[in-house]
Parts: sequence; C-alpha cells; structure tokens
Amino acid sequence: MISRTLFRQQIVPIVFGIVCLAALIALIEFLIWIGVINRFIVPYPSEIIGSFKRIIVEEDVLDRFLLTAGEALAASLMLTVVGISLGVLLHRMHLLRLATETWIAAVASAPLVLMYPLFLVIYGRSALTIIMIGFVAALPPVILKTLEGLSGTRKVLIDVGRSFNLTPSQLYWKILFPAALPNIFVGVRLGMIFALINIVGVEFLINFGGLGQLVNELAERYDLPGTYAAICFVILVSVVFFIVTERAERWLRPV
Amino acid sequence: MAASPDPSARPGDGGSASAEPILVVDDIYKQFETQDGVLVAVDHVSFDVKPGEFLSVIGPSGCGKSTLFNIMGGLLDGYGGRVSVAGETVRGPHASIGMIFQEESTFPWRSVIDNVAFPLEIAGMPKAERLEKARHFVDLVGLDGFERRYPSELSGGMRQRVSMARTLASEPKILLMDEPFAALDEQTRLLLGDKVLQIQQDLKQTTLLITHNLTEAVQLSDRILVMTYRPGKTKRIVAIDLPRPRTSEIVGSDAFGHYVAQIWNDLREEASRGMRDDESRRGGARRA
Ligand SMILES: Nc1ncnc2c1ncn2[C@@H]1O[C@H](COP(=O)(O)OP(=O)(O)OP(=O)(O)O)[C@@H](O)[C@H]1O
Ligand SMILES: [Mg+2]
Repeated sequence: MISRTLFRQQIVPIVFGIVCLAALIALIEFLIWIGVINRFIVPYPSEIIGSFKRIIVEEDVLDRFLLTAGEALAASLMLTVVGISLGVLLHRMHLLRLATETWIAAVASAPLVLMYPLFLVIYGRSALTIIMIGFVAALPPVILKTLEGLSGTRKVLIDVGRSFNLTPSQLYWKILFPAALPNIFVGVRLGMIFALINIVGVEFLINFGGLGQLVNELAERYDLPGTYAAICFVILVSVVFFIVTERAERWLRPV
Repeated sequence: MAASPDPSARPGDGGSASAEPILVVDDIYKQFETQDGVLVAVDHVSFDVKPGEFLSVIGPSGCGKSTLFNIMGGLLDGYGGRVSVAGETVRGPHASIGMIFQEESTFPWRSVIDNVAFPLEIAGMPKAERLEKARHFVDLVGLDGFERRYPSELSGGMRQRVSMARTLASEPKILLMDEPFAALDEQTRLLLGDKVLQIQQDLKQTTLLITHNLTEAVQLSDRILVMTYRPGKTKRIVAIDLPRPRTSEIVGSDAFGHYVAQIWNDLREEASRGMRDDESRRGGARRA
C-alpha cells in the first residue's frame, strides 16, 4: 500500500518529467532535421549531448560549475540573512516601509547588472564583484516577500499569541515567522534565480570566473553545441539550489 | 419576573456566592471610525463576574460582542471605561485570562498535539510533560487519534475544538469564549458544552461565554447578559435560577422554557431592530 502511494507520488512524476523532456528534445531534433529551425542558430540536441564530454574534459566545466555554484551559494546565504533581516526591519518600522517599499519594488526591475563597472571599481576584477552584484540584484524579492509574509499573518493568530502573553520576540519566532515562511521561501527562491542570472551575466560580461565566462568563450569560438552544453550546467546549478531550498522548507515547515 | 432577587446566588456552588467579583467591566465605551462616520460598537456596558461564575453574553450579530471580548482580553485599546481582574486594571493581555476566538485560530504549521501544547511550551514546561498534558486536553475535546494530524487535514469543527483545547490547556483562571461552538453541529455542541461545563466546575473556572444560541446560554449559565443592537448596550441581566447539573429533565422543564421565552422576547426586539437598520442602510446606499 505505502510503496504504491510512494510510486504514484514520487516515481511517476519523475518518469513523466523525463519522458516529456526526451520528447521535447526529440521534437527539436526533428524540427531542425526538417529545416523548420535553423541548425546554425540552434544545434542538434544530439550534438549538444555529444559535446558534454568535450567540455568536461577540455574546458574544466566541473571546476567552473563549482565556482559559479559557490558564488551563487555565497550570494544566496547573504541574501537570505540580509534580505530577511531587512524585511523584518521594514515590518517593524511602518514609516520606513511606507517610505521605501515602492523604491525597493522599482529596484527589483532595474537591470543592476549594467552597473558592473561600479562594482569593478569597488571590489576589483574578482569573484567578490560577481557575488556582490548577484547579492544586490536579488535582494528586493527577498525583502518584499518577507514583508508580505509577515504582514499577511492572520490577525487572529497574532491575537492568540498575545492572549498567551508572548514576548515580542516570541511572537516573531513562534508565530510571525512560521506563518510567513512559505512566502519567505518564495522570496529566497526568486532571489536565488535573480542572483544566478546576474552572476552568470557578470561572468559573461567581465570574462571572469565560471560558467558565464565559458559560455562567452565558446560562443566567441562559434562552438554552438558547446555553448548550449555549458548553459545546461547553469541550469543544473539552479536545479540543485531549488532542490536544496525545497528540502529546507519541508524541514522547517512540514505543511 | 424570572430574575432571582439576589443575582449573585449560585445554585450548585455555594462557596463563592458572596465573594468579590474577579472580573469587573466598568462603563466600557468603544467607537470605531468608519467611512460612514463614527460607529459606536459598545455603549457604556458594565457588569461583573464572580469567581467561578458562568456568565453568558447574548445579542444579535454585530452588536459589539467580539469588540467587548477583545477589550476584556486586553487586545484592543482606545476605549473608555475600565476592565479589572481581581482589582487590577487590565492594560494588556492578562496572565489569568484565557481566550477562545470566534475565528479559526489554529496554527497551520503545528500538528494538533503541538497546537494544544503551545501555551505549555511558552510557559517553559519540559517536552514530555507538556505532551502528556496536551494529550489529556486533546482527548477531552474528543480528538484522540488525531494528535499527529495538521489543521489542514481536519474539519472546521475539529479545528475549533483544537483551539479550545489549546486555551483550556493553559488552565486560565478566567476563560473568555467568543462563540466557540458556532462551527459545530448540534450533538457536538451539546457534548462539548457539557465538557466545558465539567472543567469549569472542576477548576472553579470563571467563564464568560459569548453566544447567540439561547438554549445554550440558558443551559450553561448562572447569569445571562442580553445586549441591544447597535449601539451595544446592556439590555438586561438575567440570573438563571435553575439547579445544576442541568439534566435533560431540567432542560425540558417549564422554568427552563420560561427563561428561553423571556430572553427570546428581548432578543427578538433587538434582532428585528438590527434587520430594519440594515435594510434602511442598504436603501440609503441605493438612494445615494
Ligand atoms: N476594527 C473595526 N473597525 C471598524 N468597525 C468595526 C471594527 N471591529 C468591529 N467593528 C464594527 O463594530 C460592530 C460590532 O462588531 P463585533 O465584531 O463586536 O460584533 P459581534 O457582536 O461580535 O457580531 P457577531 O455576532 O456577528 O460576531 C460591527 O458593526 C462592526 O462592523
Ligand atoms: Mg463576534
């Protein structure tokens, strides 16, 4: 009985996902083959798959993967700590919130990555520049979602806490945080995606570091299958992060 | 007519008849600013509750019962008048007051047992001990077997029972309940009403029940406060002079029916006034 529900709820979706992906790849392969998609813009998926070995052996893709993932991890940790703290601060200080919330939302849509020269001046041509841009660019969604979660807590739950004489910090830890957690995780996940995009983008722009630089180089060499294969590794970083946050959320809040 | 000459006389409980009131509500006035102007929710309401007494507040929907409840619990300020507990003015949530809310108020991220153990956890009780105690209250509200479930897996009535158990677990001296039985079916309501009464009598808990169920009020209470429709004033305080335990025999008796009829008379007047008021308001809005 139990193994059957497990089968239904876990194995089937995974298999279905893989089948869909395979079907999509086959479809693209077919469309290129009959000439609907230009093979000089999109290489055959089979060629991309074929080039994995090459970029692993010749281009140090694993090291670059670890570097980009490490940068993303550093940015994400800073993001989580600073973003949530700022969200809490805005929640506590109503005036500050009224004064800045719209600005923060506006910053969220600004292409901060284009400010990379400024960061280069401050932090030099180093991984730190990349991390800082990823961090700053991804801060707004974490702040805004934390704020949304905290202020969306149902009033009656806060009243329950107050009626049990909770101290303000107990009220935060025992009620507001758990209530806001689903929202906070949405914010952190969004933030990680923002951070990764910006990190890879800056690596690409300043030609430094991990996967972004590799994508840049391969594209300049007009090695299209290699470029796409490298992009697959960027996607892999994001998949890994997604799985980690999902685990963390389920651990912190089982329902 | 049916009101007893000495309203503090408590059948079934002799000890506290002459005691000082533990909860005093003195001339409470509360208004809200709304778009349509100022709305007086509670208009100079006064009463007091003796230790161990069971008082019900009954009144039509929107008459200010929940507002009064929040004021007594120390959750709402900006009101006129004074609430005091054992002679001490209430300026915020009070340690000896426990509240059961009208709205669904379980913590969705905690299992049933962890919800009920919440106040014990806050009080710093060791884990094993508080789970043991919480289990007792889970059983009491008839949710044994559901300890590990989460509120999202329960029905509305079951969730309401979880929040009741949670407040009962904190064993407050004064228990305030805002229509705790409203989401329950008739049978559960009766059974749970009995349970609450049992606890109340065992712990000599002072209880204030807000309800709009007449039979429930007469069956459970020592006294009933009838409120008028907006502004919410005291219409009448009726002492229920029936012996305890209020068996089905007593509930079926003439005297019981008498009380119900009397209070219903008061309530009907207020309820129909409320409905006329709402209608004219709607009419006014249409004309505007
Ligand atoms: N925060 C608020 N702001 C403005 N008006 C309010 C507020 N809270 C309550 N009111 C108004 O005060 C009146 C009394 O509300 P209250 O919730 O106390 O009624 P009630 O007697 O508990 O009704 P019910 O039996 O339906 O629960 C209502 O007219 C309501 O619209
Ligand atoms: Mg109410």
